[in-house]
Amino acid sequence: MTIVRLPSAIRAELEKQVVEGYPYETCGVLTGSRTDGDAHIAGARQARNLNQKRANDRYELDPADFLAADQQARADGIEIVGIWHSHPDHPARPSVTDRDAAWEGYSYLIASVTHEGIADLRCWRLEGTEFVEEEIVT
Amino acid sequence: MTKVTVRIPTPLRSFTAGADEVVLEGNTVGEVLTALASKHEGLIERVLTSDGEVRQFVMIYRGSDDVRTLDGLETSVSNGDILSIIPAVAGGIR
Repeated sequence: MTIVRLPSAIRAELEKQVVEGYPYETCGVLTGSRTDGDAHIAGARQARNLNQKRANDRYELDPADFLAADQQARADGIEIVGIWHSHPDHPARPSVTDRDAAWEGYSYLIASVTHEGIADLRCWRLEGTEFVEEEIVT
Repeated sequence: MTKVTVRIPTPLRSFTAGADEVVLEGNTVGEVLTALASKHEGLIERVLTSDGEVRQFVMIYRGSDDVRTLDGLETSVSNGDILSIIPAVAGGIR
């Protein structure tokens, strides 16, 4: 199982954004580096969810935010290593919709959130047509 | 000939020997992608369909503009332009 190293300060900031966005889906970009398949997260930048009609159960990450994150990552000598998004009142497991849009090579961090706060945080990567779980180490 | 920089997203860098960007020649986005195809085998299949259309969940930007809002693959490019291949990131609970 590959590992995603998520520093506690970045995890706390990401979870704060997810909780503040509830009951809507929030999303963003994970930047950092990758060594032997393991991801080292250096930043979790929030992006706008362009899917306003179904913001409670869908997200469409604003490509302008993706480009801005990519530009900043390149300037910092790192790269985009993954995407994060929330599942309000649903498990932190990828849906069919998630799978259809996923790219091999990125880590997909999913936060399950309820009215009580963060319920679960899991990370996945696409392998062929299936997601496999990655271990989050904070 | 016009030279432009094409930025490669992390998942496609295995096709460019790890390079995060490549400099190519062409006068339109389509011509640049043709040059990309001939230089980096296997990459273009991840970007374009067999009919030559940009794949679903892939976007091509010239600078900060989605080429779909310009002239698509016929969009002209100038010396020093930056083309970015980026994933259309989407998903959700259902």
